[in-house]
Amino acid sequence: MPNEAGTRPSGRLSDDTLLEMYRLMLLSRRLDERAWALHRQGRVQFHVSAMGHEAAQVGAAFAINRGVDYVVPYYRDLAMAIALGCSALDFMLGLFARRDDPWSAGRQMPCHFSDRGRHIISGSSTVATQVPQAAGLAFAVRYRQRAGLVDPQDDSQPRLALTSLGEGSTNQGEWHEGMNWAGVQRLPLVCLVENNRYAISVPQTEQMAIPSVATRAASYGAQGESVDGNDVLAVYDAMHPAVQRAYRGEGPSLVEAHTYRLTPHTSDDDDRSYRSREEVAAAGEVEPLVRYRQTLLERGLLTPTLVDDLEAQTRNRVDEAQRAAEAAPEPAPEEADSPVLAPLPEGLA
Amino acid sequence: MADMTLIEAIRSALDEALAQDERVFVTGEDIGRRGGVFRATQGLYEKYGARRVMDSPLTEMGIVGVGIGAALADLRPVCEIQFADFIHPAFNQIVGEAARMYYRSAGGWHVPLVIRVPYGAVPGGGLYHCQSVEALFAHIPGLKIVVPSTPRDARRLLHGAILDPNPVLFLETKYGYRQIRGEVPEQDAPLLPGPARIAREGDDLSLFAWGLMAHYAEIAAGRAAQEDGLEVEVVDLRTLHPLDREGVLGSVRKTGKALVVHEDNLTMGFGAEIAALLVDEAFEYLDGPVKRLAAPDVPAAPFNRGMFDYFLPGPDDILAAIRDLAAY
Repeated sequence: MPNEAGTRPSGRLSDDTLLEMYRLMLLSRRLDERAWALHRQGRVQFHVSAMGHEAAQVGAAFAINRGVDYVVPYYRDLAMAIALGCSALDFMLGLFARRDDPWSAGRQMPCHFSDRGRHIISGSSTVATQVPQAAGLAFAVRYRQRAGLVDPQDDSQPRLALTSLGEGSTNQGEWHEGMNWAGVQRLPLVCLVENNRYAISVPQTEQMAIPSVATRAASYGAQGESVDGNDVLAVYDAMHPAVQRAYRGEGPSLVEAHTYRLTPHTSDDDDRSYRSREEVAAAGEVEPLVRYRQTLLERGLLTPTLVDDLEAQTRNRVDEAQRAAEAAPEPAPEEADSPVLAPLPEGLA
Repeated sequence: MADMTLIEAIRSALDEALAQDERVFVTGEDIGRRGGVFRATQGLYEKYGARRVMDSPLTEMGIVGVGIGAALADLRPVCEIQFADFIHPAFNQIVGEAARMYYRSAGGWHVPLVIRVPYGAVPGGGLYHCQSVEALFAHIPGLKIVVPSTPRDARRLLHGAILDPNPVLFLETKYGYRQIRGEVPEQDAPLLPGPARIAREGDDLSLFAWGLMAHYAEIAAGRAAQEDGLEVEVVDLRTLHPLDREGVLGSVRKTGKALVVHEDNLTMGFGAEIAALLVDEAFEYLDGPVKRLAAPDVPAAPFNRGMFDYFLPGPDDILAAIRDLAAY
């Protein structure tokens, strides 16, 4: 490990962890590319892409206790979901809207993640609605600790809530009201803002009068920081102290990861009317997967041979997941009329 | 047995629930030190502390959104919206989020959340402290809607709502908070949302109501018996969603006539759903039109007292509607 990295939190990550982060970013990217191809072939109805956001999402996920801490993501968080342990097959089953889609059984659009076992909360498509819910999850974390129901040091229990959203969504009242609640009660909430400079087509300059969303944190008594969101280790380094503050009971934080959406908003969007091709091409020069690969090559953790091997392994995983999902059964049409209410527990029914 | 007002019964249920289950907490605007603007939580802050009886920031959306998050984490939040009129900023959290959570996650997540909502007309309340919102929410799959009309039902249904694993909108007639009194057993089993209550048996016609209107319906039915010899069956629905369909149908199969009374305005009110159900499934039993007595199609009860009285159906209006339908 080079010396300059030694004082950063990411300097303490093991080589295996650093490589795992790369593998997960790569898997998300290749799944994403496959989804676009399948959509263009007319084989799936819709895709919403995370391409370009992988460093922000994987860097953030690795800073929390993955699979234990609560995560309330948004629809652009494919790499986040993959980093939290969701599989390529999980994604493909949702993409093909199959019966066994673990996130919604084919009811929601793809990438509306939900995994109770991994503490990933189901989301809607309405932006920022998850923020007050994330504050509520963070409230519950602290409530249980103060009630003596859990030990605050017990890392088998959730100790914070992480939520994420785009910069445009921070204009919603729900973001403000959720952040304010978390701030006034000093709740263990970390809000990751994936700032890709556009709310679909509207540039940030037409959404807010400030260049950095992080400055909004001050309104909530929260710690705010902006970071290069295309550098996975920089994101980890910004997230790590935010997560530790939450664990220590020092209140909410906002981490703004500056990044860029390499694709249109969704498979139904055409970004040519609002982004120049030159701008998109320039973003491709600093995109996170290539950058991280270069970092790992320079550090000797990757070699050209290993890069090729990982590509081949990843392609196989994507192929297998696609094949399995395509072959998986559709839900019966009448499952549209599945229950909307949870059954009463035993002894009450 | 204890004699309680509606608000005392609600307070008693909150007190008991807080005592019984460490996961239960209550939140809302002014519900802590102030004890709630209607005093529903009076004394609870002193008894259970700010962790369990927690004043919220002034944000209805936040109250419900934070409640959803806490419910997802397996706590049992009981949220208070100060007036039903102020619930609209939380509409998206209730309708778009809480109600859809179970279906959209294919049963992965559920939301055991109770939202207490004082609703309906009250003298001096004006257009923004008098709204009835049941029909807005009754349209939404995934919510339960409870509207008790007696102190006993309020207490046991609030316990039942807290036990229910689903989001429950618990509508409380604020005009009835202190004018409705009744006997409440010392020990009473929780009542889960669902079954209607036959408040008064009768053969001449069926009268369906909930909340304050169920209370007035019983008064009007008593007078109809005394003054006209009419035996009106008063069915207090108690739960609007899911509706006790068999309870509604069974009564009309017996009486052949149906009157629905609500203080919500007429058009697209919940009475329309009752009428549609009866036409669909009890058509051959009907001896007359399904009648609805409701508030006029205006925003809510006006502030002026004369206009207020004109707006809100009262026992006299209900008695007149009973006589009209009985004579059909």
